[in-house]
Amino acid sequence: MIKINQISKNYETVKALKNVSFTVDENELFGLIGSDGAGKTTLFRILTTLLLSNEGSATLNNINVKNDYKKVREIIGYMPGKFSLYQDLSVEENLNFFASVFNTTIEENYDLIADIYKQIEPFKTRIAGKLSGGMKQKLALSCALIHKPKILILDEPTTGVDAVSRMEFWQMLKRLQTKGITILVSTPYMDEAEMCDRVALIQNGEILSIDTPKGITNSFPYKLHAISADNKYQLIKDLRNHDNARTVFPFGNSVHFTTANNNLNEEELYNYLMTNNHTNISIIETTPNIEDCFMELMKPSRG
Amino acid sequence: MNNRKVEIKAVNLTKKYGKFIANDKLNFEVYKGEIFGFLGANGAGKTTAIRILCGLSKPTSGDITVSGFDVYKQTEEIKKNIGYMSQKFSLYEDLTIAENIELYGGIYGLSRKFIKERTNHLLEKLQIMEHKNTLISSLPLGWKQKLAFSVAIFHEPRIVFLDEPTGGVDPITRRQFWDLIYEASSQGITVFVTTHYMDEAEYCDRVSIMVDGRIEALDTPAVLKETYKVSNMNDVFIRIARPDFIINNE
Repeated sequence: MIKINQISKNYETVKALKNVSFTVDENELFGLIGSDGAGKTTLFRILTTLLLSNEGSATLNNINVKNDYKKVREIIGYMPGKFSLYQDLSVEENLNFFASVFNTTIEENYDLIADIYKQIEPFKTRIAGKLSGGMKQKLALSCALIHKPKILILDEPTTGVDAVSRMEFWQMLKRLQTKGITILVSTPYMDEAEMCDRVALIQNGEILSIDTPKGITNSFPYKLHAISADNKYQLIKDLRNHDNARTVFPFGNSVHFTTANNNLNEEELYNYLMTNNHTNISIIETTPNIEDCFMELMKPSRG
Repeated sequence: MNNRKVEIKAVNLTKKYGKFIANDKLNFEVYKGEIFGFLGANGAGKTTAIRILCGLSKPTSGDITVSGFDVYKQTEEIKKNIGYMSQKFSLYEDLTIAENIELYGGIYGLSRKFIKERTNHLLEKLQIMEHKNTLISSLPLGWKQKLAFSVAIFHEPRIVFLDEPTGGVDPITRRQFWDLIYEASSQGITVFVTTHYMDEAEYCDRVSIMVDGRIEALDTPAVLKETYKVSNMNDVFIRIARPDFIINNE
């Protein structure tokens, strides 16, 4: 269980974290979702005892990150965003090294990592620096797990990773969760929110919302329509020029549209688009996803 | 689209490193003004191919022309006619906005007068005129990326290569970035883009998907979705890159 209580952190004049509070429950898979510079890494470095906050406090399984930092280090596994293994050691040597630091062996906790490590074991004599991105990620996760941590903290494990590998990584996390581990993971990919029990959305050092993915999407305050037509760029421009337009965001194969009076007259809009020479027009009401909600929540601070 | 002008043509593009075949007989054409999505899993060989198309690396075999120039012999001409931007390499952090534009303009041999006029035009468009003399290092990531793209097309290239341009930015900035891509494309600049965001694959006119050094699929997003009988490009990507993977909602 992780308790974060009103944490603030400043770097000179930059306020990296502003009064951040949330709790991650025992055995929960919790996602911290935000773009680069939102404060995700700063928060994780504070929780993993690598950085001190200016204000506020945090505990991991009721152990204080400041006063009892050595004890905290024993119960956490941390995978930083930058690949931080020894590039000139082999796969097996890296894993052995991390095991020995925690006075354990690969054999002792093999069960926990077997699922992940098996995929890279054929390359165990290869130098870590020569592994592909996906293999590095699996090795780093194996190293973070080798001492059987109670809490796993993963900083952007899927950034820059292709769509399939991302899904596989989340399936690995789900399986780890069944082994009783509490998992806190950060990501800039909004679609990964769906894989978490609960998420916190963060921007500019502030938490925008904390809830289950469903809870967040259910609280979207506007009717949302997905609009498509053949000429997408022209469609975006024309929708922005519509009198009743509130937000116009391209979204995959359609454009997500909310209206100022929250009451879309479909026939009127259809005719408006027809007048502007659009073809294959489709207007359907749709349910918002996390990305819609994130954009809605971040709008006021956009200036 | 077949009557459109071909801007990039690759016939049997092959690149080998020793025994390893990074690009295995790639065949594709990219048309003028098109937004061409170049997708693939990590390690599929995208970067290798892009380096060849940019004139930075020679292929092992194949006939490849970029804006009509040969990738074996005319790499200098190619470099003059393309723009390039990636997440890793874009602007000089310890120069100001104006200095970065001036530097790039100078490298491409543009006149001082042209650079000055276009700089003001660009700063107005991006609404950052008052930050003209701000160092790049102190700008938010989203601004940097929009500026980096604008700098990449400042010399009015025929093609711009974008290698994962939108990684890490917030969803609104990511969309503003695509506005710039659409605008460039509507002005006739050919856009060759890689991304890991599959919703962005939907914004492309056509998409190719690479697996283990080969192009496994190439078509419009609509046709690809129809062919693989799925509702979005994410699932198309999974079907092609990892056919044995079970998609969640099945």
